[in-house]
Amino acid sequence: MAARVVSGGAAGRVWRVSGTAGRPRQGLAGTGGTGGGVMTVDRSAALDGSGRSRVLAVIRKLAGRAPKTFLFGCAAVPLVALAFVVVALTVKAMPAIRYNGFGFFTRRAWNPGSTYAQLVTTHGVQHPVGASYGALPLILGTLESSAIALVLAVPIGIAVAAVVVEMLPARMSSAVGFCLEVLAGVPSVVYGLWGAYTLGPFLARHVSPLIANHIPDVPVLRFFKGPVGAGEGLLSSGVVLAIMVVPIIAATTRDLLRQVPRDSVYGATALGMTGSEAFHAVSFRWVRSGIVGVSMLGLGRALGETMAIAMVSGAELGVNPHNLYLTMTTIAATIVSQLDSAFTDASGLAVRTLGEAALVLAAITLLLNVAARLMVRRVSAGTALPVGRGI
Amino acid sequence: MRSRRASGALFWGACSLALAFVILPLVSVIWMLTAHALPHWSWSVLTGTTSGVGGGLANTIVGTFVIAAGVALLAGSVGIAGGVYVTEVAPARMGSFLRSSSEVLSGIPSIVLGYVGYIALVVAFGWGFSLAAALVVLSIMVIPYVMKSTEVAVRQVPTSYREGGEALGMSGWQVMRKVVVKPALPGIVTGLIVALAIAVGETAPLIYTAGWSNNFPKAQLTHSPLGYLPYAVWAFYNEPYASSGRISHVAALLLVLIVVLLIVVSRVVLAVTQRYAPGRMRRSGGRGLGPFRRPHRVGAV
Repeated sequence: MAARVVSGGAAGRVWRVSGTAGRPRQGLAGTGGTGGGVMTVDRSAALDGSGRSRVLAVIRKLAGRAPKTFLFGCAAVPLVALAFVVVALTVKAMPAIRYNGFGFFTRRAWNPGSTYAQLVTTHGVQHPVGASYGALPLILGTLESSAIALVLAVPIGIAVAAVVVEMLPARMSSAVGFCLEVLAGVPSVVYGLWGAYTLGPFLARHVSPLIANHIPDVPVLRFFKGPVGAGEGLLSSGVVLAIMVVPIIAATTRDLLRQVPRDSVYGATALGMTGSEAFHAVSFRWVRSGIVGVSMLGLGRALGETMAIAMVSGAELGVNPHNLYLTMTTIAATIVSQLDSAFTDASGLAVRTLGEAALVLAAITLLLNVAARLMVRRVSAGTALPVGRGI
Repeated sequence: MRSRRASGALFWGACSLALAFVILPLVSVIWMLTAHALPHWSWSVLTGTTSGVGGGLANTIVGTFVIAAGVALLAGSVGIAGGVYVTEVAPARMGSFLRSSSEVLSGIPSIVLGYVGYIALVVAFGWGFSLAAALVVLSIMVIPYVMKSTEVAVRQVPTSYREGGEALGMSGWQVMRKVVVKPALPGIVTGLIVALAIAVGETAPLIYTAGWSNNFPKAQLTHSPLGYLPYAVWAFYNEPYASSGRISHVAALLLVLIVVLLIVVSRVVLAVTQRYAPGRMRRSGGRGLGPFRRPHRVGAV
């Protein structure tokens, strides 16, 4: 086979192997194991053994690989960034982790200590006198606001998707789709502004009193009772988050519902089911696992939401949110609102503690993401999930 | 049968009610913004620069466009190249590994990226509050979206196209450029526009990387804080001056307008290109199971 390699064509790109049958074959660079990219394989030069051509051949080979290497480099950027984020966070937060200890997850107070007194050193970590950080209220606030958001957003999102796919004519469903895209695209600061000026006061005036006055005063439901405040707090945060998550859930569920084979649905109606029964029995079952996955991605978005919560929650540090209307804060909102003042801590502990909080938040969302993907992959292989907030 | 029909009507009624939760907030947001922004409107809001209690938004508008252009350039090139590599070039295992790492990255909250951008780029690398730090952080944030949309678009190009290209004697590189990426371009552009919409509206990753400035952005990458629209919303919303409240609402209105414009552009791109696409996908219209559904004829399925 390797009898005679004749360099033919322009610049040796198309080379013929006149082998056994004398049949000319074209070698296609990049398709076989020939090295890929724009190969200029000049075999005759390599064969004649002169050193200069050998160097040239090597250079050409490397140049041929260059596009592929460039593409690989670009594709590896997210991986490198991910590793960098995890490592940088861990390194930065390490002293804070040592200083705060496990109490970080059980304490409530967020106390940077005295910025005027001499710095002291405990466990090898320099810190202001009296510094003590507890993230329990932040973690609880993050989880509670996201839970409220999900409880509201999942049924609403599914219902919207059902209406769009099964009820509205094509033109109107496209209009609703446009609304969903705009809702998903509205920046979170704008939602924050709206929550602070419009939604919060509306809830405090019309919705919260309704709930608070009509809920019976029993142990679990006591969460819904209490002074309703002025509109900044847990309920407003949860509702704003829900409005931000609904378009994600609705748009994805809609796309999933469109993939349900119509024959199965028609079969169900042919068996005498009403439209809504067929929807429950066939369409909804078909997309259920996908909905679990997208709900978890929506939860990831809610957990990490920053600006809207910082503007609507009241950003109150150090208080466990033990009723629906209390001002509170989340991990993300605390980072954005406290980092500025953390610069004044000469020991750097305040900034490092915010790094520890960021690490906790990143860990929660990472676990959630991985779990969502594993779960969805296990239940139904091949359900296409949009990335993150995917409009 | 009557109770089954009644429960069905109840179900669809409740579902239609859910539409209100999509449409009312949108109407309310736009209503609130115009109601606060338009009275006492003066064009100086768009021509002047920001000051302590208000002023104009010109510097933030320019800043937002500079940031958007930079992100389009950086995230666009890296994301598209990465998406092409993952689908077309990479071995299956490597491809799925890189793909899932990009999906995991997209799940990291933006404030965490902002924090890391601050401690690493601004402080440790010594770039200061700067355009460069802002661009890197924002690009890292949106690259997964660009990669994903590139991947989806490239995947839809039929294999027969590639085979046709190779049969005509094109090199692998030529096939990729002229046969695979070209028909996928509308999808790629749409993904890029979505990424831009995200980049324009993000605040959390920028506050501690881009910083803030009342002046127009300078033509330098490092040590040059710059203003941008979302920060104006955040900085002025809670100040006790009427002028700053108005600035905040105008900035928010501009942001919403930009986002709507981007979405419209992406829809137009898709509509125009889909008209000429070979095997165009038919949108399955609604009216399947709900009330008012059209009876479907036997054999018409």
